[in-house]
Amino acid sequence: MAQPLAKKDDDRDDEAEYSPFTGIEKGAVLQEARVFNDPQLDPRRCSQVITKLLYLLNQGETFTKVEATEVFFAVTKLFQSKDIGLRRMVYLIIKELSPSADEVIIVTSSLMKDMNSKSDMYRANAIRVLCRITDGTLLTQIERYLKQAIVDKNPVVASAALVSGIHLLQTNPEIVKRWSNEVQEAVQSRAALVQFHALALLHQIRQNDRLAVSKLVTSLTRGTVRSPLAQCLLIRYTSQVIRESGQNTQTGERPFYDFLESCLRHKAEMVIFEAARAITELSGVTSRELTPAITVLQLFLSSSKPVLRFAAVRTLNKVAMTHPMAVTNCNIDMESLISDQNRSIATLAITTLLKTGNESSVDRLMKQITNFMSDIADEFKIVVVEAIRSLCLKFPLKYRTLMNFLSNILREEGGFEYKKAIVDSIVILIRDIPDAKESGLFHLCEFIEDCEFTYLSSQILHFLGNEGPKTSDPSKYIRYIYNRVILENATVRANAVSTLAKFGAVVDSLKPRIFVLLRRCLFDSDDEVRDRATLYLNTLGGDGSVGETDKDVKDFLFGSLDVPLANLETSLKNYEPSEEPFDIDAVPKEVKSQPLAEKKAPGKKPTGLDAPPIVPTSTIDAYEKLLSSIPEFSGFGQLFKSSAPVELTEPETEYSVNVVKHIYDENVVFQFNCTNTIPEQLLENVTVLMDATEAEEFSEVASKPLRSLPYDSPGQTFVAFEKPVGSPAVGKFSNMLKFIVKEVDTSTGEAEEDGVEDEYQLEDLEVVHADYMLKVGVSNFRNAWESMGPDNERVDEYGLGVRESLAEAVNAVINILGLQPCEGTEVVPSNSRSHSCLLSGVYIGNVKVLVRLSFGIDGPKQVAMKLAVRSEDQAVSDAIHEIIASG
Amino acid sequence: MANFGTYQESCPSIKNILLLDSEGKRVAVKYYSDDWPTLNAKLAFEKSVFTKTQKTNARTEAEITMLDNNIIVYKFVQDLHFFVTGGDDENELILATVLQGFFDAVALLLSNVDKREALENLDLILLCLDEIVDGGMVLETDANVIAGKVASHSMDAGAPLSEQTITQALATAREHLTRSLLK
Repeated sequence: MAQPLAKKDDDRDDEAEYSPFTGIEKGAVLQEARVFNDPQLDPRRCSQVITKLLYLLNQGETFTKVEATEVFFAVTKLFQSKDIGLRRMVYLIIKELSPSADEVIIVTSSLMKDMNSKSDMYRANAIRVLCRITDGTLLTQIERYLKQAIVDKNPVVASAALVSGIHLLQTNPEIVKRWSNEVQEAVQSRAALVQFHALALLHQIRQNDRLAVSKLVTSLTRGTVRSPLAQCLLIRYTSQVIRESGQNTQTGERPFYDFLESCLRHKAEMVIFEAARAITELSGVTSRELTPAITVLQLFLSSSKPVLRFAAVRTLNKVAMTHPMAVTNCNIDMESLISDQNRSIATLAITTLLKTGNESSVDRLMKQITNFMSDIADEFKIVVVEAIRSLCLKFPLKYRTLMNFLSNILREEGGFEYKKAIVDSIVILIRDIPDAKESGLFHLCEFIEDCEFTYLSSQILHFLGNEGPKTSDPSKYIRYIYNRVILENATVRANAVSTLAKFGAVVDSLKPRIFVLLRRCLFDSDDEVRDRATLYLNTLGGDGSVGETDKDVKDFLFGSLDVPLANLETSLKNYEPSEEPFDIDAVPKEVKSQPLAEKKAPGKKPTGLDAPPIVPTSTIDAYEKLLSSIPEFSGFGQLFKSSAPVELTEPETEYSVNVVKHIYDENVVFQFNCTNTIPEQLLENVTVLMDATEAEEFSEVASKPLRSLPYDSPGQTFVAFEKPVGSPAVGKFSNMLKFIVKEVDTSTGEAEEDGVEDEYQLEDLEVVHADYMLKVGVSNFRNAWESMGPDNERVDEYGLGVRESLAEAVNAVINILGLQPCEGTEVVPSNSRSHSCLLSGVYIGNVKVLVRLSFGIDGPKQVAMKLAVRSEDQAVSDAIHEIIASG
Repeated sequence: MANFGTYQESCPSIKNILLLDSEGKRVAVKYYSDDWPTLNAKLAFEKSVFTKTQKTNARTEAEITMLDNNIIVYKFVQDLHFFVTGGDDENELILATVLQGFFDAVALLLSNVDKREALENLDLILLCLDEIVDGGMVLETDANVIAGKVASHSMDAGAPLSEQTITQALATAREHLTRSLLK
C-alpha cells in the first residue's frame, strides 16, 4: 500500500535520509495546487498535493491570506470529484485552512449535501467540518439536521454531531441547549462512545442547574453505563455533586459514596483509578472511606505498566500530605519503586515515603535514597531535598542523619537551582533546630570553600555573619571567611568583608585579629571591597580613633534597613546630585502593595495530622516585619497571632476595606487594607475611626493614617488598642473610614489642589475568643494529652439545645474555640448519634491547650456535650470553659 | 490551526498529540489547547519532551512523565516517538488509552511502522489523528475502529486487488515497480 508522494530522483542513493518531502517548497506546492482546477480531475494526484500542503502546515509553515484564499477556492472545486479518499483529504484541509466567514459560504452547500448523503462516512465528516467552520447564523439553518444526527443509529454520525455540539456550546449556547431532548436520548445509546459524548454534552448543557445535575447523577448511578470513559465522567460528576451538597448542608453525609466504592470493582482500570482518586479527594474523607481506595491503588503499585504505577503513586503521594497514616500500608510496595526504571515514579515514591515514614525508618530510608540520588535529574533532586527538609522539621531528633545527607549531596555535582534548594534547606534547619546550628554552619563553610555560584556564596556569608558570632567558638569560621577575601571575585570579597566586621562587632576577643584582616583588605583591587573595609574599620574603631558606641555599631551592622527596598530604590533613582545630601529618612516607609492577602490563596498548605499552623509562617513573618517597621507599634513585643483578613465592605463597592487583627500580649493592632476603586479619586489622610463603646476593655493608644491612597493601589492604615495583659478581651467595634477626597483628572492623572473631607461607613468588627487562640496541631493527641497530665484538667457538661445536626454542632463549637482539630476528628460520620472530637492549640501567653469534646444527639435533635480541657495553666482551662458557657 | 480551548475541567481533554522522529523532528503533530500559542512555543515544548524522554525505554509498555504541569504518556517504535499530552489533573489511564489507540491504529495502517513509511503515508497518519481526537475531545480510542475509518477511503491502495479497477491496479503496480527500481 505504498503511495509515493514525490519524485524520488534526488534521494535514490541515500536510503536512510529518504523522505517523500525532501526539498519540498511552499511556492512549488502552491503551483502544483493548480491541478485542482483541471477539468479532468486526477484524484490521486490531487490527494498527494493536499497531503503536501498539510505537511507544510504541520511543519509550521504559514500561508499568507492570499495564498490561503487561493488554495481554499481551488480546493472547493474538488467537491466535483466522487473519489472518497480525495473527499476525506478535502475535509481535512478545509479544517486546517479555517476559512473566513465569507469563504465558508462557498462550501456550505456542498457540505450540506454531504451531510444528507447516503454514506455515513460523508455525513459524519461533513458535520464535523461544517460545525468547525460555521458561525451562528448558518447554524440555525443546519440545526434540524444536527438534531437528527444526534439520534442517528450510526454511532459515528451521532458522535460527530455530539462532539460538534460540545464545541458549539462555547460559542452558541442558546442553540445547543435546545437539543437537550435528543442528547438525553443519546445518553441511552448502546454505542459506548456515543454514550460518553452525549453524557459530556448533557452535563455541560445543565452544568449551572445543580438540581438537574444531581438528578442526572442519581439516575445514571443506578443504571448501566457501558463506556469506561462515560463511567469516568459519571464519577467526576458524582464527586461534584458530593462536594456541592457537602457545602450546602454541612451534614457530612455522603450519599454517593457507595457508588464510588462499587466503581473500584469495575473491570476497566481507567474507571477503578478514577474512582479511587475521587474517593481520596473527597473533602474531609475518613480513614474508613479511604481504605478500599488505598487498597486498589496499592495493587496498581506492583503493576507491570508504568502508567498505572505512576498514576497510583502520584495519587498516594497526595493522600500522604493529609493522611500519612492511611498510606503507610503501601510502604513496602513503595520502597521497591525506589529502583523503578521510570525516575518520575521513583521520585514520587521517595517523597511519599518521606512523608509517611516514622522516626525509626528514617535511617534506612536515607541509605536507599543515597544510592538513588546519583542517577536522577536535578529537578527530581530538588523535590527530594524539599521532602527531606520537611521530614527533618518533623523529626528534629534525626537532624544528624538528615543534615549529613544534605551536606553530602551539597558536595556532589549539581546546578544552581539544586544547590540553592540544599542551601536553603540547611539554613531553615539551622534556624529551626538549635542543635543543628554548629554542624550546619560548618557544612556551609565547607561548601563555600569550593562554590561556583556567587549568589550562594554571598547568601551564606551573610547568614554566617548573623549566626556565626553567636556560636560557642566563633573563631573557627574566620579562616573560611578570610579565604573568600583571598580567592573570590569582588562581590564575594565585599560580602566577606562585611561578615568579618560582624564577627568583630560581636566578639570582642576577636576584634584585634579582625582589624588586621580588615586592614589587609584596604589594598584590594576593587572599590567596593576597599570602601567597606574602610567603613568598618572606622565604625569598629580599628583605625585608632574612638569608635561609635557598641549599640550603634551593632544596629548599623545587623539592623535591617527600616525602609522597604523598593521605596529606597525609587527615591535613589529620583535623587539628583546637588548640594543637599540624600536623606534616607525622607524615603516613605509605607509598603506600597499588599501582597500578603494574595499570598494566602496559592499557599494552601496541607492541613492534616501533622500539619503546621493554618497560617503559613511566612505570612506571620511578613506581618511581623511590617508591624515592627512602624515606630508606634515597635514597643508591643512579640506578635502572638494575626487573623485572616475580614472583609468590612461588600464586594465591588467604591472603597474596599478588609482588616487583619494582630494580637499582642497587651495590645491589639488593627490593620486596615484599603483599596480605592474609583479612578477619578485620590484619597488622602485616610484613617479608620473605631468606636469602642461596645468593647469596654479596650482603649485606643495609637493610630497611623495612610497618607495617600491612589486608585487601585492598596494601602494600609492602622489603629492600635490597649487591653488588659494576657487577657482575652472581647468586644465589638463600629468603624468609619475617614479621608480627604480629591478629584483626579483621569486624562492627565493629576489631582486637584483642594480636597473635601468625607467618610464612609464600614461594617462592624468583632474581637472574639478565637482570636486569642493559635491553631497548632499535635501529631499524636493521646501522647500529648497524657504528658500534659490531669493537674489542670477541667471537665464539665453542657446542653447545646436543638441543633440542625451533630456535624453542625461540632463545627460550631470548633469555630467558637478557634482550635485545630486533630487526627481528622472534625469529620462526623453520617447518621452517627455521638462523636468525639480532639482539638489542640496555643492560648495567648503561649499556653498549650488540649481539648476533648464528646457529643451526643437524641431524637428531637437535642445536643449535649462534654468538654474536657487540659492546659499548662488552670486559669486557661477555666477560660476555655467560660468561652463555651458564655457562647 | 483551529482551536477550541476551554472545556469544563470535568471533561477529559487532550492537549496535544505528537509523532516525532528519532531526532525529535516532527512527523505529524496536532495541538488542541492554547497553552502553546506560537510555533516557537510548540517547537520548544516538543524539544523538551523529546530530550526528557529519549533515553527512556518506552518500547514494550507506554511510559509516562511530567513536564511543566502536563502529563505526557509516550511510546516508541523503531524511529518513531508517539506522545499524548494532558493536563496534570487528567486521569493518566485515559491519556494512555488514547496513546494506545493512536499507536495501534498506526501499526494497523502501515505495513512497517517507521518514519519513512509514516511519511510516505502521511495522509493516513493525519486522518488517523483526525479520527482520534476532535478539538481536544476524545473521539474514538479503539484502534480497529480508527484504522477502519481511515482505511475505508484508501480503496485504491489498501483494499484487495479484486476491488480495484483495472486502471487503478495498473497505476499501483506501476508505482511499486518504479519505487523498487529506484531503490
